[in-house]
Amino acid sequence: MTSEASPTPDSVVRIAGLDKVFSRDGRVVTTALQGIDLHIRRGEFVSLIGPSGCGKSTLLRLIGDLTEPTSGTVTINGKPAPQARRDRDYGMVFQAPVLFDWRTVEDNVKLPLELMGYDRRRREARAHEMLELVELGEFLHHHPYQLSGGMQQRVAIARALAFEPSILLMDEPFGALDEMTRERMNQEVLRIWERTGITVVFVTHSIPEAVFLSSRVVVMSARPGRITDVIEIDLPRPRDVETREQPRYFERITDVREALRRGGGGSEPGDIASSDRAMAEGGIG
Amino acid sequence: MTTALAERRVPGGPPRESRVARWVGRAWFYLPAVVVFVGTIALWEIVVRNVQIRAFPLPAPTQIADALQQNWSAGRWPLSKAATATLFEAIGGLAIGTTAGIGVAFVTARFTTARELLLPLSIGAGAVPIIAFAPLMNNWFGVLNPLSKMMIVAVLVFFPVVINMIRGLTQVDPAALELMRSYASSEWAILRKLRVPNALPYFFTALKVGTTLSLIGAIVGEYFGGSSEVLGRVIVQSASALRFDVTWAAIVLSAATGIVFYLAVVAIERLVIPWHASVRGHEP
Amino acid sequence: MSTAVPAEATPRLGRFRRSPDSVGAGRLGRSRRFVLLGAAFAFVLVAWEAVKWLGGVPWRFPNALGLGVDVFHDPPFRWPFASDLNLPHWWEILGALAAPVQRNQEASLAEFLFGAALYTWREAGIGFVVGALLGLTLATVFVHSGLLERAFVPYVVASQTIPILALAPMIVLAFGQSVISVVIIATYLTFFPVTIAMIRGLRSPDPRALELMRSYAASRWAVYRKVRLPASIPYLFTALKIAATASIVGAIIGEGPGGIPNGLGIAIINFNTQYITAPEKLWAAILASALLGIAFFALVRVAELVALRGRPAATEG
Repeated sequence: MTSEASPTPDSVVRIAGLDKVFSRDGRVVTTALQGIDLHIRRGEFVSLIGPSGCGKSTLLRLIGDLTEPTSGTVTINGKPAPQARRDRDYGMVFQAPVLFDWRTVEDNVKLPLELMGYDRRRREARAHEMLELVELGEFLHHHPYQLSGGMQQRVAIARALAFEPSILLMDEPFGALDEMTRERMNQEVLRIWERTGITVVFVTHSIPEAVFLSSRVVVMSARPGRITDVIEIDLPRPRDVETREQPRYFERITDVREALRRGGGGSEPGDIASSDRAMAEGGIG
Repeated sequence: MTTALAERRVPGGPPRESRVARWVGRAWFYLPAVVVFVGTIALWEIVVRNVQIRAFPLPAPTQIADALQQNWSAGRWPLSKAATATLFEAIGGLAIGTTAGIGVAFVTARFTTARELLLPLSIGAGAVPIIAFAPLMNNWFGVLNPLSKMMIVAVLVFFPVVINMIRGLTQVDPAALELMRSYASSEWAILRKLRVPNALPYFFTALKVGTTLSLIGAIVGEYFGGSSEVLGRVIVQSASALRFDVTWAAIVLSAATGIVFYLAVVAIERLVIPWHASVRGHEP
Repeated sequence: MSTAVPAEATPRLGRFRRSPDSVGAGRLGRSRRFVLLGAAFAFVLVAWEAVKWLGGVPWRFPNALGLGVDVFHDPPFRWPFASDLNLPHWWEILGALAAPVQRNQEASLAEFLFGAALYTWREAGIGFVVGALLGLTLATVFVHSGLLERAFVPYVVASQTIPILALAPMIVLAFGQSVISVVIIATYLTFFPVTIAMIRGLRSPDPRALELMRSYAASRWAVYRKVRLPASIPYLFTALKIAATASIVGAIIGEGPGGIPNGLGIAIINFNTQYITAPEKLWAAILASALLGIAFFALVRVAELVALRGRPAATEG
């Protein structure tokens, strides 16, 4: 079951006619994205999925104004992307936690708050609140190296939410974790999403993950990077371990897989299997 | 729905052992070096006592120890005073050179054109053998003035500090830079909150190199002239008076001072950057 | 704090740009670098004279440059280090280079210093090679025997805390006033950086590569030749660059006590005694030793580029 998203007044992210081309010395080297149109509504959980090189990470970065489009527009909350970044409308979580070794867990979460001029009391309160949200309240004074990968990633999520952005951008945040931890973290993210009502754009390599988490799955293909399909996920919420055992869950997974194959992401049956294996090994960017 | 209990990661190695066990482990680790040290001293003593070494002025360790004790604060060459004076020059020069090096590193890290201008000059400064500009500094600042030795040390130490600090300020995790950009932070904020803490381990690398360099530099400077109560002059004067036991005592003292200086910086490093992998005990 | 940055993204890094895609890299960058080098050099010359203009001794140049112009200037300040004795005008240094080294000799100072530099370079070169081989041998031994490493590495490090200048006369006493003494001293200073860097370099291969070799039941020698040694080359060259300048320092230091008449060491000592009468000569000798150090460094750098075609250099030596 697929559907096209149409622009509504409630669109938090609006992308129109977006192209992104990488060139060197005037010569085009890669067409990362071509003709992207996408609308994301407030409070949605949207996943971007596709094979390597399809531009999903680039698309996320364009939303976050970490790189510029070659043509087309990116509008966040009714503002152009650079303005949204300056207004700190979004928080980002990368595949690696990117915590500062020299700061404690608590200080790491306070980092964006220091930069944005929050006073000390508010910084303290927000940091504690966010770390409670991700259930790391006992680890305030630990250093990153004392935590496991999953815990570090939770700190990164707490940090991303610290300044109450309206959008959360996540770029394969659980790619480096093992399958069990990954499923646990999926549950975490959903819990946080339900608590805060934030809009989430989630890039992943994992079909089950995308289906489990999202309201909609945006399927992309490579060479050139484009959106080939948008699949509505009509699984009931709240979703939990039992959701992963329902027939509809597997049907949606099959839908996404077939959409990927149609789009040219893995033309051989073996390709999807090998990318599944790659995911299990810890994700390749 | 609760998540699993915190997974605590133990940074490699065996589980927590008792304090005693740890000290024993450490002693076992250093045992070979101690054995070599004791063995060498013993061998040295035996050889010198029984074999007439005409060619090389090599007093026995016991003789050196005697000279060290007798000349510690008395006699023509009071060694403790000389060591203190030389250490003072070394520390002063280290302070000057490090400050200058940090300043230049900040400027060149910030302005790429400045970097391309100043970096070759710094390399050039590092390429001049100390023996060439030591006499110059003595002439400039006065041969009896400790400042001349400090300036020699400063020039010697300047280059490693600049190189390491530039590396520390610029070789930052690109993902961390992106993170800061996503917060729309200013270059100044990035400098304060990311680059400077990132550069601290590199700073200590340079400082550790600087400790031994500074002592050598001070002594070489003194070799070319200085007041008589510094280690370099003691070495020169005692050698020309054929009192090689005092010469060796001075050499041993300067080596020991250098090692202690180095270990002091290592201790400070442990306090300032306990979070760094190399300080935590993982070999880099 | 390690990460895998997606290859498709080019982050905007601002002024601290280090990505290879930055403008100015490549051929355009190389000529730009030369221009800047020239600018740096010119900057030094201008600053030099500016300091003398502000705080040196009065400038008295009647008929400067033969153009019929008199240059008289009284600097507003008096800085002792900017006097003509301590900081000669750089054109006077150049002039001294062109003038005969001694009154009754034909050779100019420049020729003399060039010859002296080459002589010193030969000694330094031998010390460089011997020190590098010694360092490589020690590192190989230490990497293969943890016991020997723990026993001896502290003393390798401690050896550098002993002022070689103090040992030099004694070495000369033992080995005579010959090139051998100088080579020993140069070796002493070069073996240390090579040893330390090669210990790291020989240990640097990916543990998984070593496991692979083990699964082939490869001998330690084979592992050394095929995995460790190639992996250590970048580290070797980083250390060789340091060793290059160190060997020159060692050679110059050794020549004085070693009584070598033809090298830069003696030249510096002689010109130091003549400083009052002719300060430019000492400056010229300093310039010569700096150039020698830079030249040797550049030579090693060229060798590095050839040996490491396509491989990145090690970041820390």
